[in-house]
Amino acid sequence: MNRILGRRAILNFIYLMSPPLLDVEGGGRGNAPLMSSSASGDCISQSGSGLKECNFLGLSDCSSVDSSAVSNVCGENKNNLNFKATELRLGLPGSRSPERDSDFSLLSSGKLDEKQLFPLLPSKDGICSLMQKSIVSGNKRGFSDTMDGFSEIKSSVFTEGKWMFNANGSDSGTPQSVVEAKLAGNAGINVILTNNSSGAQPSMKKEVPTRAPKEGQNKMNGSNNNSSAPAAKAQVVGWPPIRSFRKNTLATTSKNNEEVDGKPGPGALFIKVSMDGAPYLRKVDLRMYSTYQELSSALEKMFMCFTIRKCGSQETPDREMLGENKFKDLLHGSDYVLTFEDKDGDWMLVGDVPWGMFIESCKRLKIMKGSDAIGLAPRTMEKSKNQN
Amino acid sequence: MVNYFPEEVLEHVFSFLTSHRDRNAVSLVCKSWYNVERFSRGKVFIGNCYAISPERLISRFPRVRSLTLKGKPHFADFNLVLHDWGGYVYPWIEAMAKGCTNLEELRLKRMLVSDASLELIAKSFPNFKSLVLVSCEGFTTDGLAAIASNCRFLRELDLQENEVEDPRGQWLSCFPDSCTSLASLNFACLKGEVNLAALERLVARCRNLKSLRLNHAVPPDVLQKILARAPQLVDLGAGSFVHDPESETYNKLKNVMQKCTSIRSLSGFLDVNARCLPAIYPICINLSSLNLSYAPGIYSKELVKLIRKCKKLQCLWILDTIGDKGLSVVASACKELQELRVFKSDPNDVGNAAVTEEGLVAISAGCPNLNSLLYFCRQMTNTALITVAKNCPNFIRFRLCTLDPITPDAVTMQPLDNGFGAIVQSCKGLKRLSVSGLLTDQVFLYIGMYAEQLEMLSIAFAGNSDKGMVYVLNGCKKLKKLEIRDSPFGNMALLADTGKYETMRSLWMSSCKVTFGACKSLAEKMPRLNVEIINEGDEMEGGSDDRQNVEKMYLYRTLVGPRKDAPDSVWTL
Repeated sequence: MNRILGRRAILNFIYLMSPPLLDVEGGGRGNAPLMSSSASGDCISQSGSGLKECNFLGLSDCSSVDSSAVSNVCGENKNNLNFKATELRLGLPGSRSPERDSDFSLLSSGKLDEKQLFPLLPSKDGICSLMQKSIVSGNKRGFSDTMDGFSEIKSSVFTEGKWMFNANGSDSGTPQSVVEAKLAGNAGINVILTNNSSGAQPSMKKEVPTRAPKEGQNKMNGSNNNSSAPAAKAQVVGWPPIRSFRKNTLATTSKNNEEVDGKPGPGALFIKVSMDGAPYLRKVDLRMYSTYQELSSALEKMFMCFTIRKCGSQETPDREMLGENKFKDLLHGSDYVLTFEDKDGDWMLVGDVPWGMFIESCKRLKIMKGSDAIGLAPRTMEKSKNQN
Repeated sequence: MVNYFPEEVLEHVFSFLTSHRDRNAVSLVCKSWYNVERFSRGKVFIGNCYAISPERLISRFPRVRSLTLKGKPHFADFNLVLHDWGGYVYPWIEAMAKGCTNLEELRLKRMLVSDASLELIAKSFPNFKSLVLVSCEGFTTDGLAAIASNCRFLRELDLQENEVEDPRGQWLSCFPDSCTSLASLNFACLKGEVNLAALERLVARCRNLKSLRLNHAVPPDVLQKILARAPQLVDLGAGSFVHDPESETYNKLKNVMQKCTSIRSLSGFLDVNARCLPAIYPICINLSSLNLSYAPGIYSKELVKLIRKCKKLQCLWILDTIGDKGLSVVASACKELQELRVFKSDPNDVGNAAVTEEGLVAISAGCPNLNSLLYFCRQMTNTALITVAKNCPNFIRFRLCTLDPITPDAVTMQPLDNGFGAIVQSCKGLKRLSVSGLLTDQVFLYIGMYAEQLEMLSIAFAGNSDKGMVYVLNGCKKLKKLEIRDSPFGNMALLADTGKYETMRSLWMSSCKVTFGACKSLAEKMPRLNVEIINEGDEMEGGSDDRQNVEKMYLYRTLVGPRKDAPDSVWTL
């Protein structure tokens, strides 16, 4: 094993995400032939899945002996790709910019790009890594088919939690084949991808992807997730690896806390939010916020993509009655109001009751047109009078 | 030159060597160094209590004062090992009671400790000062009462995550009034009541008390009184923190907390009302260690508010209720963070974890000193792992656990081989690694290539073939403990390099493809290994079919041959 080259490769790796990489690559390029010969010398073939001993980064490897132009291009592409891919953008759910999504689609749908991400032996196409092999030979078709099918929908939809999602859809079939695939060796990845590609499209809901809704769905499908655990058992013994002392203690403590506070248990509290005229609904975790203001801003951002007509100030008599309701003001004087359905099934205007009470009783949220909400106001007053 | 040093000089020089590895190395130089070292060694560490016998320990190190013993294999934590597999401490105490009564300190992990053992300790070692029990079981508070009553110079009683029966709860009152030496008392894991008045008196008279961790049975008003008496505390584990923020008690607690400026480490909050957390805010700035992993009642926003104030935090154990967003706040506030553990808040709900790769990437970007990680997450990506590896090259311990053990990269659907490869390549000092997610033999190739300092590796549901395991065995020269479950490694891998196992402490393989026959031939070939087959249920009835897969195998090097205390369901081949 060429340790010297290994170290150079390590240097390359450290500079993976930054432009100066190309210079380092230049150094690596010279060694590339050595790398290839040694690597192929160590080449281990295993049922055709071409397991190679190689620097998984492949940056020095990407510096192909073929032509410097090509490798510069590929290096640059790779740099850009990787840079964007790792660029961390955190925002409220739903605020993910379209640009990022397209990066992901670039990442996953570009066959050429994928090759450059993963180890490459110079001058040989698709030989190097296990992943490459399976992509090139076995299942590339399946993968790219899936990608093409998703060109309309942003690919982060495809990828986000999809693994679990599909497992939900096809209960017993998937885990079994997954296990068998794993044990079968090289077929493993192919089978898994095939499963995804076949199962993914029909089961995909049309939703702008965010983390919050996905969590909610996973929560709802929690039981399905259980049944889709690997090894075809309902629950894998000892997985996840949590000390039994901790498991027992937390179980007791959570119960105690619930009894003491009388509140719903901690963790996410996902509520569906629908909006009149929007093609799909969203979910928010009410626990993320502690005031109406925060909730309102979040919802605004979430539904910003749908036109909220600014209709100037509409001072209806009902609204004057609830003059203190700042919440509606926050919707920029548009003719949309936020309402919620409480435990009794009644729809009420949001903002009247203290936040804590609101969380406990809110079952659904709905952004209604102001005209539809007019009838709600008196009932809200009555109800809060009754409650008081 | 060395021969002219008198032994006293050598001994003095060796006294500066505290690490047992250094001392082990020194004792290999020559016979005279071996002898000087062995008579001067005070602290002995035995990583596997079945690797050596207590008699041999005492004959080599007659002046041992501190003994650390570990018993069950690590996977016993996750219910993969029988309760009565072994790891009894009694024989050790018996032997020490006869041959080495100077024992002052005993530290046990994953061992079976009976009340009789504790009583024997209490009776036999007049200078006994320190008892630390981690993840042990088999004893009750009666045993603790014996320790409390009889160990006149007890400095430390530290019980971490033990399963303890609590029949009477009066053990605390057994500390005599003359006991004033206690510096560290941790009974957070006890489930029962304690005598609160006795506790208060104990704290009042132990002026050296630096570390105190209470269980849930200590209410806030008692906590407040204790803190008033012991403002010198450095490490506090609050028991119950549930009370009314409007109350007088809460006010008193707030005031007394402000005076506890020495507290550097905070844990507990086993019952907590989040609205009372502001009482802690004044001491947050001093904290270097915060463990809220047993406090599920705190929502993300409150967690974040609290942690944000802990600017000097180095060690954080938390539940995944904090969320990715919360972790990014931690990353911006706690720049000196070195150790992070994010546990599942609901351990019985297999389907959910509230953190993903985003949280981890955020932490890595904000906390470049991060060297120890345990992270339970819903999903992971290669890109994230590569970023983490680049941001934090100092990892010593890296343990990742995806909820679905074979989940692939959440974006590309590829195996996570490259991600973990980046970790081992970048983190040259990596000593402990746990991998999870969809992984092929490739990841083990990387581990074998790059993880030169790796000592412990945990593998579950990973790999495609024997080659994976062989890469690891061939490549990781410093490997000490290898534990594998549910992976397709078989006889070829097991028998590829049998000599390797004598350089390691132990190997665990469960639900793999290793057959009975291979285990037998390994045991025959290597007499200094104990190869144990753990059978549950019907397997033992059917006789030994060599071609049958073994469900659980645990092998370890030993100098004393097969153990005699194995239960019927454990076969030593």
